[in-house]
Amino acid sequence: MEAMKRRNPRSRNGISMHRHLCLTFVLLILAGPATAAAPDGRELYLRHCAACHGDNGYGGVGVPLALPDFQHTATDEYFIRTIRHGRPGRVMPAFTRLSDEEVRAIVEHVRSWHEGPRPAHDPTPVEGDAKRGARLYREHCAGCHGDHGQGGHGTGVTFSRPRELPIIAPALNNRGFLAAATDRMIKQTLMRGRKGTPMVSFLERGLTEQDIDDIVAFVRSFARDPLPRNEFPADDPPLLTAETDRPFDEVVEAVKRAVVGANFRLIRVQPLDQGLAPPGQEDRRRTIVYFCNFNFLYQAMAIDPRVGMFLPCRVTVVEDGDKVRLLAVNPTKLSRLFNNSELDQACEEMARIYTDILEEATL
Amino acid sequence: MKTARRPAWWLLAAVLAAAPAAHADELFMARSAQAFPEAMLTLQEAIRARGYTVARVQRVDIGLTKSGFKTDKYRIVFLGRHEEVRDLVRRHPALAAYLPLKIAIFAEGSQTLVVTINPAVLAEFYPAPDLAPVFRRWAADLEAIFDRMRIRE
Repeated sequence: MEAMKRRNPRSRNGISMHRHLCLTFVLLILAGPATAAAPDGRELYLRHCAACHGDNGYGGVGVPLALPDFQHTATDEYFIRTIRHGRPGRVMPAFTRLSDEEVRAIVEHVRSWHEGPRPAHDPTPVEGDAKRGARLYREHCAGCHGDHGQGGHGTGVTFSRPRELPIIAPALNNRGFLAAATDRMIKQTLMRGRKGTPMVSFLERGLTEQDIDDIVAFVRSFARDPLPRNEFPADDPPLLTAETDRPFDEVVEAVKRAVVGANFRLIRVQPLDQGLAPPGQEDRRRTIVYFCNFNFLYQAMAIDPRVGMFLPCRVTVVEDGDKVRLLAVNPTKLSRLFNNSELDQACEEMARIYTDILEEATL
Repeated sequence: MKTARRPAWWLLAAVLAAAPAAHADELFMARSAQAFPEAMLTLQEAIRARGYTVARVQRVDIGLTKSGFKTDKYRIVFLGRHEEVRDLVRRHPALAAYLPLKIAIFAEGSQTLVVTINPAVLAEFYPAPDLAPVFRRWAADLEAIFDRMRIRE
């Protein structure tokens, strides 16, 4: 009894403490979303965007976001839609896994480079004569943006074009662009131009506002039939392969001959683990034949400077039981990761070359 | 003749859903404010710090220059762990085509860019259950390496 009496006060204190902790826990849960740290837009920008657009938005592989005329015409919604949808086939990927708060935080950071009020466009379509706009477009816009609005060639500054140009002409027939840009934004861009880029003010060039409306109507008509991007079948294999019963060393020699026969330069033949294994202990039954065609490579780099992921061209020869297998990464399978239609075409060509080399080497 | 048009957002949304741009996290990219030589040193240090060996550096720019093309610095860094590569290739010979791992590093003006494929993508190509944790670990390691490369101005 005495013991119970002694325990009771502790028990009451214990219940009180327990209630207090529960209450604190509930309050913390309720308060959680309000007190959780807001996403850091600058950090998110540096992680996800700066590689292409530059630390301070001055551009590079991607467009210069800090350009005053761009900031003056692009709405927050334009940025949000662009981040979400990307530009299918034009390098800019779709950031589908960022939360809405994270996307907004990135937009806020991008907006920190802009002075003055943020643009807000009336979403009603611009009225114009698309047929007349088509003629004006051919005269004034097609030189840079392409006859069908497909945009300029290449991406980014590295290898692709002279560094003094901060931007290549965007693809106006791109699904992502058409989903992000309102008619009013396109109109303002035509009227104002973008200082620091080849995009001039077409009002200053002598076009009337009605002419510009007609061009906008034509550009919007791309939405009915945007250019398709290259689509590869879902079952496109990750590897191009061949196998043979011939002796391993003979197969390696056959690959070397096939590579040279395909107009490639043999760079080196080495065990797969060379540089990893202690010298003299390399596994010579797993050998890589590296090769290159520098003209093809240079063209590929002009299309996309990230093409190093495919380099150097290689066929891997591995002993697998009583067979010898030849393996090559399927360029078309990897190409889809780069979101670049021009690169897709080069990869289709490279896949054909690999297939020919494998066939030739195992004949 | 003027034609009023309605915004076809629903149509565009449907088209985008059918053919989206590639997802952003399938490639790792980072920009370093360091010039190319310093960035190359940082990259190799970061690779070693995660327990990988730099197997080789392919000097793509040298080959291009010797062939008469004008180019800036462009290298491919191959990396791996010897025992891991040896064991994986024995168990999964077809994985050899994607090994060793590699990172492209190239100059962009006074700065440097690095790019690699997120190894997690390989899980789609090689669905063997024992490979999934390996690809996840490689992805985490490469992300950590790329974090070290993100040196600001």
